[in-house]
Parts: sequence; structure tokens; C-alpha cells
Amino acid sequence: MIVFDKPKSLSDVPLHYCPGCTHGIVHRLVAQAIDALDIEKDTIGIASVGCSVFAYNYFECDMIQAAHGRAPAVATGVKRTHPDKIVFTYQGDGDLAAIGTAETVHACTRGENITIIFINNAIYGMTGGQMAPTTLPGQVTTTSPYGRKPEIQGNPIRICEMLSTLEGVAYAERVSVDTPKNVLNAKRAIQKAFQNQIDKKGLSIIEVLSTCPTNWGMTPNDALGWVRDVMMPYYPLGVYKDITAKGGNK
Amino acid sequence: MNKVTFSKDLCKGCGLCVTVCPKKIIVIAKDTFNLKGYHPAEIIDMEKCIACAMCATMCPDSVIKVEKNV
Amino acid sequence: MSNKVLMKGNEAIAEAAIRNGCLYYFGYPITPQTEIAEYMAKRMPKVGGLCLQAESEIAAINMVMGAAASGVRAMTSSSSPGISLKSEGISYIVGCDLPCVIVNVQRGGPGLGGIQPAQSDYYQATKANGHGDLHLFVVAPASVQEMASLTGTAFDVADKYRTPAMILADGALGQMMEPVNFNIEQKTDLPQKEWAANGHGGKRKKNIVNSLYLNATELEKSILKRFERYKEIENNEIRFEEYKVEDADIVIVAYGITSRICKSAIELARAKGIKVGIIRPITLWPYPKAALKKAAQTAKHFLVVELNMGQMVDDVKVSIDCKVPVSFYGRTGGVLPSADELLAEIEKINGGLNK
Repeated sequence: MIVFDKPKSLSDVPLHYCPGCTHGIVHRLVAQAIDALDIEKDTIGIASVGCSVFAYNYFECDMIQAAHGRAPAVATGVKRTHPDKIVFTYQGDGDLAAIGTAETVHACTRGENITIIFINNAIYGMTGGQMAPTTLPGQVTTTSPYGRKPEIQGNPIRICEMLSTLEGVAYAERVSVDTPKNVLNAKRAIQKAFQNQIDKKGLSIIEVLSTCPTNWGMTPNDALGWVRDVMMPYYPLGVYKDITAKGGNK
Repeated sequence: MNKVTFSKDLCKGCGLCVTVCPKKIIVIAKDTFNLKGYHPAEIIDMEKCIACAMCATMCPDSVIKVEKNV
Repeated sequence: MSNKVLMKGNEAIAEAAIRNGCLYYFGYPITPQTEIAEYMAKRMPKVGGLCLQAESEIAAINMVMGAAASGVRAMTSSSSPGISLKSEGISYIVGCDLPCVIVNVQRGGPGLGGIQPAQSDYYQATKANGHGDLHLFVVAPASVQEMASLTGTAFDVADKYRTPAMILADGALGQMMEPVNFNIEQKTDLPQKEWAANGHGGKRKKNIVNSLYLNATELEKSILKRFERYKEIENNEIRFEEYKVEDADIVIVAYGITSRICKSAIELARAKGIKVGIIRPITLWPYPKAALKKAAQTAKHFLVVELNMGQMVDDVKVSIDCKVPVSFYGRTGGVLPSADELLAEIEKINGGLNK
């Protein structure tokens, strides 16, 4: 009896990500959700710009590749014209929280009935390790070589907390993929984020604390430890908004 | 017996599976390379496998298939 | 609404879009084209369509991209500064080979500029509306009737050749009111789009709408393929008007609102015995080069009149291989020349010819 196998809606294509990069885990969780809900044939995924730019090659559903930051607007165009289809975006921290902040906030405030998967690894991976809006104070990156200085470069942005203040957000949860237990919890949250769309609840966003072993200069296992020890205190895991929970908000 | 199959040439030797295996039966094969030039992960004692699938849960590259009672 | 209706140019575009099967409009307010969004906001719910005011012109063009990628007719509109914002999105739409319609109701620039009519986005529209090797199909209406009829043309050409189309109007045309006959009730036979990303339904392979080609040879191939379609557009879709050109010594070249002022000047000049006519490009890309080249065989002088510092004048010179003198007269910043002003210029040129 097969207990674990590659999900059907994850393409039979080797992933280009670095060894130990958690993009691979999250791609699989999204594909597992699509399989579990049997929605592949009605799903359109919007790939963004970052390490995950090739996401259009990795999922078996129809895919659209959007400009940097614009995925929620492109998703709006697809969802509003095809309300019975399932539309998700898959975005990194530069895409969603820097150049795309307006598109993110306004898709949320309009309550677009879509699912946003937000990969927060506190750095810009694809372009070689620059500071992200989610880079932590003191964190060394190629554009904060002496460590991020809040007095010059500002403080990191907490997306789940910020977006949970908007009416149109039905569900905002921050999860992590640093341990099997957390991966399984992330799987549950991502599936719920898709189920919400099927149930027409509004916008669901799952922020996934992720690693970038290459640009953090760590082994994959050490990188998971960094998520646990350094990222989680600043970005606490948990549900920030859930209109489906008893009593409404978290 | 439980069976875990590793697609050797998809593995990038990241080692996440090694850390999470409760039975400590996965190692990185330092004496072998796969087609991509990585040292792939492999099982050293299949008998001890409990098919918990923690390894497959952590694997970013869908390398691992887990079967129970084959 | 099948008889003549008195409408603003902006409203005529909006109504024509709906009648041509566009049920999705994404826009943002900016003078002098906000009436398009307002008309759409009132009319779309009545026809089961959607008018969504986006948070910016950038968001709007990306919403159009999503809608177009999923196979529907979609439109956005803006004015000069907002069109600059859309450049990135337009380039992506071209790179993905998607059809859509973008309306630019031009105003004075650069920067925040003014809100009066201008034609200073000609270069942007025909040569530079987004990075990369690309063209848009660009039409330039010169009346409220054309604001309506060219909207239909824009959608049809866009779908036929999988390209964005731009309606390059100006603030005067957008705001003026003239009678319009829509000549179409509601288009229903829209083309099927097998390439669209709208859910494979388990019935076909997945579709990917994408403009990224990291392999240089593949990227070149995709561009060459697109340019084959551009060649087809150049062969089949050029539109222009000729007025009193057959015996003309002086040929005026002008488009949009400027062409109408030029026609008034032509009447005044003809009354004084000056042989002057006008070639009015209706498509700005592709450009009616052949018509200009033919006129250059008999004309002694070309006068290009634009509401800018001289942009289309370059295309006139190139079209006729500089065979005949070409001069330029322009007003910019939102100022419109008077017919008398243009008459004086025509007389000056004519005086020079007869020497």
C-alpha cells in the first residue's frame, strides 16, 4: 500500500531549486491540496518572479506567468472573468511585499476569491541574496552587507498581521516548513486556503516561513534551524484571521 | 515489510530526510554520485523502516516513495 | 440603441467595446478619459459584464492581462501618464501573445503635464510602448463615429493576430459630442481561443501563458514568429483617408483632431487657389507608407501637422525616402492650432514653391 507518493498535479519535471530549498516542499503541498480537492482541471496558477518563476513548469494545471508583483492583479483578471475556476498565486517576499504590495493589499481589500501562497525567506534568492522587505534587523545580505540597519533601511514588514486588518481577507495564517510536524500543519492550512476558495469565502493567504540555504550561507538543515530560532520569534506562527472559525476572527 | 524507494537521480543530497528519520536509517552516500553530480540519500536498513514517511514529507524534490506492508 | 445617438467620444468607445463583445473593463480615473470608466460602471452591470476600478493603471493592465490570458475580450483605458505606467504590462501582454485593447486619450505632457488634448505620445504608441522588439496595432480616430467603429476594428485585429491594439485618441475627441451610429447590436460570434489558460477541464494538455525564454535562440525564434504576424498586419490592416490629394502641390499629413482643423484650413486655402490636400493615417501602426510614397510622386511638399514637437514627421520622411521636402508645424502642451494659423503656414509654403 502506497503511503506517500508524488502528487499527480505536480509535474514529472526535476525542480531547479537549490538543494534543501523549501520551495520544493511547498510546491508539493500545493499540488497535494489540488489533488485532494480534485480541482486540477479547473485550476489556473499564476507564477510570479523570483526563484519560483518556473512554477509554470511544475504544476499540471493551466499556468500564467505574471510580471513581478502583479500576480494578484493578473489573478483578479482571471477569477473575475471565470468565477467558477480556482485561481492561486505563488509569490516570494520581493514579489508580494515590495513591488507588489499595492496589488497584494488591494486584492485583499476587494476580497478577491483567490488563494495566495506567500513564500517568506527573508531574502531575494533569484537575484543573488539581496535584502527583502522581510529581511530581519541585523541580517547580512548583499545590499545590507553590515546587517540591516532599521534607522537607514527600515524594519521588516509582517504581512499576515497587516493583511488581517482588511475586511476582504477571509483567512490569513503563517506557517512554517522547518519540521515534519510544521510541514503537515502547512499542508492543512494550504488545503484549507483552497477549500475556502471553493466555498467562496474571500481571499485566503498562507505565509510560509521558508529557507534560502544558498544565500543565507548555511546547510539546508542549519537553515531550517535559522527559521526556527531567528525567524519565528519575529514572525510568529498562527492564524491571524479566519472568518470560518467559531466566533469569526482568531 | 515496509519499503522506501529513492529516485536516485532526482536527489540533491540536501540531507533533510537524514535528520528527520526517527530510525536513523537514511544516509548520504558519500561514495556515489548521481547523474547530476550529487551524493544521493539512501536507505541503509530497510527492515527498520516504519513507513512514517517523515523523510518524504521533508523532501523538497519528491524523491521518496513510501509503501507499507509490501 | 441602433439609430444615431449623440455621445461623447469617450462614451462611444465604451459602448462600442461592449457591443463588440468586451464584457470586462479594468480602469482607473484620469482626465480626460474618466468618462470611459464611468460609462462602463453604469453600463456593464446591465449587460452582465464587469467594470472594475483598479488601484492603479499598473494593476488595471495586469487585470487585463489575466482576463486576456483566460480567453476573454478585455479593455483598459487611460491618458498619457497612465499609459506610461502600463508600459511594463503592455510588454508582457505582447510577450505572451495576448489580444486586448488599450485606449490612450492623450493629454499634454511630459510628467503630470496638462489635461488639454495632445498628440505627444505618438512615439510611445508606435515605437516604444514597452521594452523589447514589439509593435502594437494602433488606430487613430478623428471623429466620435470613428471612436466607435475603430473600437470594433481594434478588438477584431487584436484577436485575429494575437496582439494588443491601441486606440490613440486625444482629449478633444474624448470630450466632444457628435452623433454615432453603432451599426452593431451585440457581437456574439467571438473567436475560440484554444491557447487560453482557463482550466484544462481534463480534456486537453495544460496551457502555459508565458513570456520568459531564458534560451536566447528560443527567444529569438519566438520574436521572429511574432514578427511574421506583424508582416501580415502590415499587408492586410493599413487604413488611411485621402482628401483632395490627386492634384495637390502640398500634401498635409495629420491624424486625429488635428486632421479636422487641417481640413478646415484646406478649404480656406483651396478657396484662395492653393492646391493642398491631406493624407490622414487611420492606422498609425502599420503606417500607410505606400500611400505617402505614391503621393510623393506628384506632390511638391509635405506638411506634417501634429500636436507635439514633431514625432510622426519622422515616419513621413522615412515613408517617402525624403524624396520631397517635408516640413513640420506643431503646437504642444494642450494648445490647438487654429485653421487660420494653418492657412498662414500653407500660404508660406506655397509662396516658397512658386518661386
